[in-house]
Amino acid sequence: MNDMRVTERTVTDKEIKMKARKVQVFYGDNHAIKDVDVDIEDKTVTAFIGPSGCGKSTFLRCLNRMNDTIDICRVEGDIQLDGEDIYDPKVDPVQLRAKVGMVFQKPNPFPKSIYDNVAYGPRIHGLARSKSELDEIVEKSLRRAAIWDEVKDRLDAPGTGLSGGQQQRLCIARAVATSPEVLLMDEPCSALDPIATAQVEELIDELRERFSVVIVTHSMQQAARVSQKTAFFHLGNLVEFGETSKIFTNPDDPRTESYITGRIG
Amino acid sequence: MPLLWIIVIVVLLGAGGFVLGRQRAIASAGGDARILHSLPNYYGTNVMILAIVPALMVMAVWMVIQPLMIETRVTGMIPEAAIEAAGNRGLVMSDVRRVADGLDTAIAAGALTADEVRDLSTADTDVRARLGEVGVALGSEVSAEVLAAAQSYRALKRTGGLLMTGVVLVLAVLGLAYGSIRTNREFRARNAVEASILAILMLASTIAILTTVGIVLSMLFETFNFFELYPWREFFFGLEWRPSFEGGSDLGLIPLLWGTLYVSFIALLVSVPIGLFAAIYMAEYAGKRMRAVAKPLIEILAGIPTIVYGLFALITVGPLLRDYFAEPLGLGSSSSSVMTAGVVMGIMLIPFVSSLSDDIINAVPQSLRDGSYGLGATQSETVRQVILPAALPGIVGAILLAASRAIGETMIVVLGAGAAAALSLNPFEAMTTVTVKIVGQLTGDTDFSSPEALVAFALGLTLFVITLGLNVLALYIVRKYREQYE
Ligand SMILES: Nc1ncnc2c1ncn2[C@@H]1O[C@H](COP(=O)(O)OP(=O)(O)OP(=O)(O)O)[C@@H](O)[C@H]1O
Ligand SMILES: [Mg+2]
Repeated sequence: MNDMRVTERTVTDKEIKMKARKVQVFYGDNHAIKDVDVDIEDKTVTAFIGPSGCGKSTFLRCLNRMNDTIDICRVEGDIQLDGEDIYDPKVDPVQLRAKVGMVFQKPNPFPKSIYDNVAYGPRIHGLARSKSELDEIVEKSLRRAAIWDEVKDRLDAPGTGLSGGQQQRLCIARAVATSPEVLLMDEPCSALDPIATAQVEELIDELRERFSVVIVTHSMQQAARVSQKTAFFHLGNLVEFGETSKIFTNPDDPRTESYITGRIG
Repeated sequence: MPLLWIIVIVVLLGAGGFVLGRQRAIASAGGDARILHSLPNYYGTNVMILAIVPALMVMAVWMVIQPLMIETRVTGMIPEAAIEAAGNRGLVMSDVRRVADGLDTAIAAGALTADEVRDLSTADTDVRARLGEVGVALGSEVSAEVLAAAQSYRALKRTGGLLMTGVVLVLAVLGLAYGSIRTNREFRARNAVEASILAILMLASTIAILTTVGIVLSMLFETFNFFELYPWREFFFGLEWRPSFEGGSDLGLIPLLWGTLYVSFIALLVSVPIGLFAAIYMAEYAGKRMRAVAKPLIEILAGIPTIVYGLFALITVGPLLRDYFAEPLGLGSSSSSVMTAGVVMGIMLIPFVSSLSDDIINAVPQSLRDGSYGLGATQSETVRQVILPAALPGIVGAILLAASRAIGETMIVVLGAGAAAALSLNPFEAMTTVTVKIVGQLTGDTDFSSPEALVAFALGLTLFVITLGLNVLALYIVRKYREQYE
């Protein structure tokens, strides 16, 4: 079986959801992201790949201003969501994060029941008008995260009592429940077994119908399987960005090729 | 031989044992330390522990038991008549000890020789005068019985001391010998040292536990004495606190307990919200620089002695509350009040609550905050819905600890709330607490056989049981929620 197979897709010009230009990120004196230009298309899965420490998470966190919570972090350049600068003082980062949701590398369920975990976002943003509507959102989100069957009988049990893989899918359900327009996923499968990974990948493919997904991954196969666009980062630079099929079969940059074939990493 | 010398010798033996054990181990391996079971230092340590620890432990136990044994032996020598004349056994025994110490001083000063002391008798010497010459003042003439008892007291102490020195030194040498004989290439010194260290650690915790048990037992004993003299029903359910040393006092617990709980309640009402909010601000909102300045400032409050808080209550808060609240509202005209003590005690507890809660909030993993912010929650939503629930068990623990402190506080109450027991709902009335009354009943000339003095132990035990209950409750809550959150 060829794991490096690239999913067939029609290459249509899609609307650009997020646009980053000349983005620089500094942690104190450490220049972590240098001059990165990326376009995130709507209804597309974009994969960020690159060796450890190259700045994938850092760049991902710029897209929903999660870096604001780190004191020493400074972001320069221009990042737009639907043509609006997200670092504009007029923009409320809280509102922005409701539109650009995030799933983290380590599962981080809240110390609440499974139900309350998923209902957290909808409650904060007032997405449900009644209890039954909330129930519906919770069920739908859990189903889409492929965890409904495992937890439907114990929605009142604490989310922290699930296994690592279940927790991660719960966190995905939690992010999905807020109905974001862009979903950022930082190595969402690093704690999952192959079956759960396959389920999450299927979910990502499904999510693509409604919003754009950005996924950071260390698995070349995963990037090849789920994404349509791939960005390769190296030492804080964006080395190459383009169609996944092209990156994986015929990269322009020699660094991309050696990373994909396993020579840098 | 003086104690210090014994210890020095034992330690020297131990050091020698270390060197010896190490050398023997290396020698048994033919100079190649690699084929030993353990590192050479372990062999040395093993011999050292065997030489020092048993010897010093026997010495410690001996030093506790010897005085008790001598006491019983000597007490047996004193006739009943002499005891009755002096009032009680304890008084006679303290005379005996004083004379014995006096004789020691006399010998040390060169006024008497050891032989003279042994042959001393009241018939031909005025012992009181002789001792007075060397600066030992005795309250009364020394009777023949007391002198005889003092002489045998000295003799027993001397023999006991000699015996102890011998036993301890022999034990040290035996331990050293045993340790070095066992030292050879195959001996598992590392495991032996591990076992000894475990034993020493266990001993330390046993001592801590036994001390607690001892404290409780002594309280229990005195409380039991109290309940022999005073009916327990009237103590636990009595609504009046009116001790009088002429007898016929009312010693009801309820008014004191009420005062304690009322003051503590107000103190918590002040300290918990302020402390908790301050902690949330410090942990979640304040920048680095703000934190660096504000946190130590808040913690300065914790360093103020409670008596200073008491003065603050007496001079500032009390009159202030009286002039601006109690009198205009027609609730009383006393500057000592439950309110005064409660508010000031609450101020005292703020840093306690805030620094404990601050640590607990900081311990909530950053990933939970990220998760909440990542879903578009604001800071206060995150604090309310994620951080506080996660930190709750710890915070409850902190609050209960603060409550224990409030219940045990004395100085602020004396100066802030007064010393008059009362059973009232009015927070501007003077009241008092259990601790204040414990101090009150035991200061001055106390006769430890009257219920008025012994009641202090019953009060102390009650407080102990209450704080113990609070701590158990805190533990229970912490455990219950922790299960859920991990
Ligand atoms: N909170 C932070 N404070 C200071 N420096 C940071 C912080 N987070 C990341 N960095 C630095 O930024 C650089 C990029 O880190 P980043 O976490 O983005 O890498 P990554 O590509 O996600 O790596 P990985 O694949 O291991 O997750 C690293 O040099 C790292 O040391
Ligand atoms: Mg990362």
